[in-house]
Amino acid sequence: MSHAVADKRSAPAVPQRALAQRRLPKWAPAGMAAGAIALAVGIGIGAGLDSKLQWGLIAVLLFVLGTYTIATAVEGRRQAKDRVATSVVWASFILAALPLYSLIQTTVSKGVKILDGAFLSHSMNGVLTIGEGGGVYHAIIGTLEQVGIATAIAAPIGMLTAVYLVEYGKGRLALAVTFFVDVMTGIPSIVAGLFILSTWNLLLGFGPSGFAGAMALAILMMPVVVRSTEEMLKLVPNELREASLALGVPKWRTIVKVVIPTAIGGITTGVMLAVARIAGESAPIALLVFGNNLINNDPFNGPQASLPFYIFQQYQNGNDASYDRAWAAALVLIAFVMILNLMARGIARWKAPKTGR
Amino acid sequence: MAITTQNPTPPTAAKHAGANVTRPGDKIFSGLSRGSGILLLVVMASIAIFLTIRAINAISKDHGNFLTTFEWNANANPPVFGIAVLAYGTIVSSIIAMAIAVPIAVGIALFISHYAPRRLASPLSYIVDLLAAVPSIIYGLWGALFLVPHLTGLNMWLDEYLGWTVVFEKEDPQGAARSIFTVGILLAIMILPIITNVSREVFRQVPRMHEEAALALGATRWETIRMSVLPFARSGIISASMLGLGRALGETMAVATVLSAAPILSVHVLDPVGGTFSQNIVAKFGEANEFGRDALIASGLVLFVITLLVNGAARAIIAKRKEYSGANA
Repeated sequence: MSHAVADKRSAPAVPQRALAQRRLPKWAPAGMAAGAIALAVGIGIGAGLDSKLQWGLIAVLLFVLGTYTIATAVEGRRQAKDRVATSVVWASFILAALPLYSLIQTTVSKGVKILDGAFLSHSMNGVLTIGEGGGVYHAIIGTLEQVGIATAIAAPIGMLTAVYLVEYGKGRLALAVTFFVDVMTGIPSIVAGLFILSTWNLLLGFGPSGFAGAMALAILMMPVVVRSTEEMLKLVPNELREASLALGVPKWRTIVKVVIPTAIGGITTGVMLAVARIAGESAPIALLVFGNNLINNDPFNGPQASLPFYIFQQYQNGNDASYDRAWAAALVLIAFVMILNLMARGIARWKAPKTGR
Repeated sequence: MAITTQNPTPPTAAKHAGANVTRPGDKIFSGLSRGSGILLLVVMASIAIFLTIRAINAISKDHGNFLTTFEWNANANPPVFGIAVLAYGTIVSSIIAMAIAVPIAVGIALFISHYAPRRLASPLSYIVDLLAAVPSIIYGLWGALFLVPHLTGLNMWLDEYLGWTVVFEKEDPQGAARSIFTVGILLAIMILPIITNVSREVFRQVPRMHEEAALALGATRWETIRMSVLPFARSGIISASMLGLGRALGETMAVATVLSAAPILSVHVLDPVGGTFSQNIVAKFGEANEFGRDALIASGLVLFVITLLVNGAARAIIAKRKEYSGANA
């Protein structure tokens, strides 16, 4: 800041530039980028570097250095620093977009290879691990059942907890619940799996089943549902509650008939995002459901397959036919999760709570 | 500021509404919702209790030192197992992930909140959300089949030019990059979204006046950010990073696919050795007998306690600064 003041004080000595600093033209960054890329390609070909990534790195370095020197010469050091910061921020964004692009591009291009109707409608029954063929039907059934049961457990408990926190919660119990919901969000999925393992399987002596996995998934899902529902209920204007209570409507009916319907869009979105999150969980499944090559429609008896764990198993088989199946299943899973996400956001926009703001 | 004051506070009107009438419906409903809250606490408590019971059972019969033994032979008779390698691998891979992810995530958050053109900002944050939605097993598959072969070059380069630092020395420069370092890079990609989202929320809450004051004094955009945005957001960035750290510590499948685990504690992060808590649990579970499972649960308990401490600290920082209440991801 002291610099800025000093600049202004010295300004009258140079009347021509009293109010306007010398600036680089608007096209300067673009020009500089083009120059840097051209130079980098030149260096790359000249030095015989075969990795395009190295060319890119050289171009970025040239761009930052070039911008800094030229901007220092023309605009001064403060502006030069600003320009460097701008390019660093842009670079970090591009750096983060690269893996996402690569991940989706790889999954799609490798996944479509064997993804067809037969893949979706067949199990791995009788398919050799090194052989081609087979499918994910049994895994889709397993995932749908496990996620369905987990949602049936976690959604009501999570929503009721959120209602408690927003509508009833006072005192130390509410504080404790809020804190532990936050902490619970960070429980590693494997720990949730170990907990169910130590109680349901080791203490009570039940065998592996889809239901055991679903309980672990429910533990992971609950805090997410509580958080999002809580945020949505807080958005409901107090005037609505007061109007209803003033008409003599009991509090519980006010909540059920006025508060929740107002926020239902956001609540649905939150639940769907939570479903999308647990649908991709495989660590608890590995401990509790075991995976299965055959179709098992009964989630309460015997090992079941699951889409994410199927990907892991196929990866572990370690041959090309299995890798193909893993990629195809990954594409199915990613499509499922993305569609859930898009639908959830669509609902959020469509049924956004009308807060009058 | 106007928005925060208008924010509806939890209703207190009910105090008068039901002052002299108690309706059964009210009792049932409030009981149900309070019960759900208590159930959540019970679940948390029983996770701690049951894991501890199993863990004590396992550790008391351990013929090695649970904290310092390297190998994991819980099925053997007598059982010898320890978490030294696992704790080391978990912490080092998370540190690498944080070192990469935090600066980039803060950069992205700044990009979305201050640099990107207005019209781009919301699609961009949607892209970040998508990054968060990708299941971890798919990161694992991509990491093992795409990232590992593509990192061989970088590994050779690091070994050649930075090998003198010992940390980047690699025994077999040509070998596959199934190392703690690769795991760190993959974890960095996976925890980017959560750090970005929380930091972005905090950046949005910087009082507009602070920024305008800096700009009015003639500060450049970078100076404005350094003088008014970053100081205000510091505690938010710290807690965001710790939430990311909590994720990185507990990540299972992405580590299990990438790492070729071996019970060797090595400072050379590029060597394909080491292990993490969760990776070890998944890898050893299939062959574990009843006692072996207890031993794995014991290592899970250590992981649980570590993540609990990290997440609790992060949440406590957020809670202390109430103005960040919107930042709870």
